[in-house]
Amino acid sequence: MIYKMEPIVVIKDLRKSFGTNHVLDGFNMELLEGENLVVMGKSGSGKSVMIKCLIGLEQPDSGTIEVMGKDISKLNDDELDEIRTEVGFLFQGSALYDSMSVRENLEFPLRRHTKKFGVIEDTTPLVMEALKSVGLEHAVDLMPNELSGGMKRRIALARTLILKPKIILYDEPTTGLDPITSKEIILLMQNVQKKYKTSSIIITHDVDCARVIANRMILLVDGINYAEGSFEDLSNSEDVKVKAFFK
Amino acid sequence: MKKYYTTLTDAVQNFLIEVGDISYFAGRFFKEVVKRPFEFNEFLRQCYNMGNRSLLLVGVTGFIIGLVFTLQSRPTLMEFGAVSWMPSMVSISIIREIGPIITALICAGRIGSGIGAELGSMRVTEQIDAMEVSGTNPYKYLVVTRILATTFMLPILIIVGDAIAIYGSFLVENLKGNVSFLLYFNQVFDALEFSDLIPATIKSFFFGFAIGLVGCYKGYNCKKGTAGVGLAANSAVVYTSMLLFVIDFIAVFVTDIFYDL
Repeated sequence: MIYKMEPIVVIKDLRKSFGTNHVLDGFNMELLEGENLVVMGKSGSGKSVMIKCLIGLEQPDSGTIEVMGKDISKLNDDELDEIRTEVGFLFQGSALYDSMSVRENLEFPLRRHTKKFGVIEDTTPLVMEALKSVGLEHAVDLMPNELSGGMKRRIALARTLILKPKIILYDEPTTGLDPITSKEIILLMQNVQKKYKTSSIIITHDVDCARVIANRMILLVDGINYAEGSFEDLSNSEDVKVKAFFK
Repeated sequence: MKKYYTTLTDAVQNFLIEVGDISYFAGRFFKEVVKRPFEFNEFLRQCYNMGNRSLLLVGVTGFIIGLVFTLQSRPTLMEFGAVSWMPSMVSISIIREIGPIITALICAGRIGSGIGAELGSMRVTEQIDAMEVSGTNPYKYLVVTRILATTFMLPILIIVGDAIAIYGSFLVENLKGNVSFLLYFNQVFDALEFSDLIPATIKSFFFGFAIGLVGCYKGYNCKKGTAGVGLAANSAVVYTSMLLFVIDFIAVFVTDIFYDL
């Protein structure tokens, strides 16, 4: 029997411009259930813009984005919030709330998304479970300014995981980290996928990260999905623009 | 010549765009403020932060203004044998004008710049985006609560500042003219009428609203990375200060219509 994975995210002909700069110029993509899809591209090529469009933080000029079968441009605020409980976003700079402790950072989305979880009186077990999955239970009462770069990234991942999302969007998860911490984060991402059975889009420049984690890759060049395939396919490509990424 | 003309028209155009954007931002506040959920805890936290942390600054400034104002005007009043008018003069000028505008300017520097910098840094570090992804309306959570807090806390700060300024004035009169506390404050309250208190109180709400609005607008729409955060804080103070004087002018103008100053 041939098992065919269903696409959980479908992007068709996505276009987005900032003034005369056409960042996305007809980008197409499908994310299949349970896969890790790595999107690589030069700085400013529109990778982050693409995932921000996907979660509704940026409005595309044209094109359609379907997340779990729903066209996000047609959703009202409440429906968009509902979709966002299923889509976690790990920001490039972690984006932890400075004025809140680690515990409060993790509690924040839990207390907001009451439709998914109801009103939770005691959030501690869920907070500790999320922190345990990133190996930082001891940091529960620390403030973000007391954390290292790697710890911040882990806490941000824990904040994402606490809502038990089906899809996780990673925006350059290893950027700015030393090689050892980068490896730890990559392993953590793998473990998260195994444990929570998530589908992930990983935006990265890091070839080592892509090699370890990618089930499939897309190269975003000139606003379009220029090349697509497994890491081996793309790293062995003879195309000059594709080769440039793997030098 | 053409170059200067272009620069001038660009400046006017940018100013009008900015005014339009702030008006839209203010309009959104009135739309969001009545919508659920009400972020009451965050509102109280902001009230505490803004009120409590500005109290010392407002108190010290008010006290010094009261002292200096009385010391400076005493010799002139003595020349005319009118020093007994001191409590009336001090109370009317402080309650009507000096207290509200000075306190508002201090708060524009202390609170407005703080809001601009805080929201600006949240914007550039993507914390506002993270909040939106977390199912929270960041405008409602961050902006509405702060504007409400400044609107309600500023009148309180102004009342405290006015009271301390008048007390400072009393200390000078007590030391130089041996005037008792009871006599001084009897004259202060005798001189005051509702036409002094009501317009001053009403305009202080508008001052508070302006401080919160401009601070939030500048911070929330902060661009250009960390340099933009400094710019947001700085321009929040400059714009708010200008706006305070415009509001003050309008308030005096309207008061004159109703109370015939």
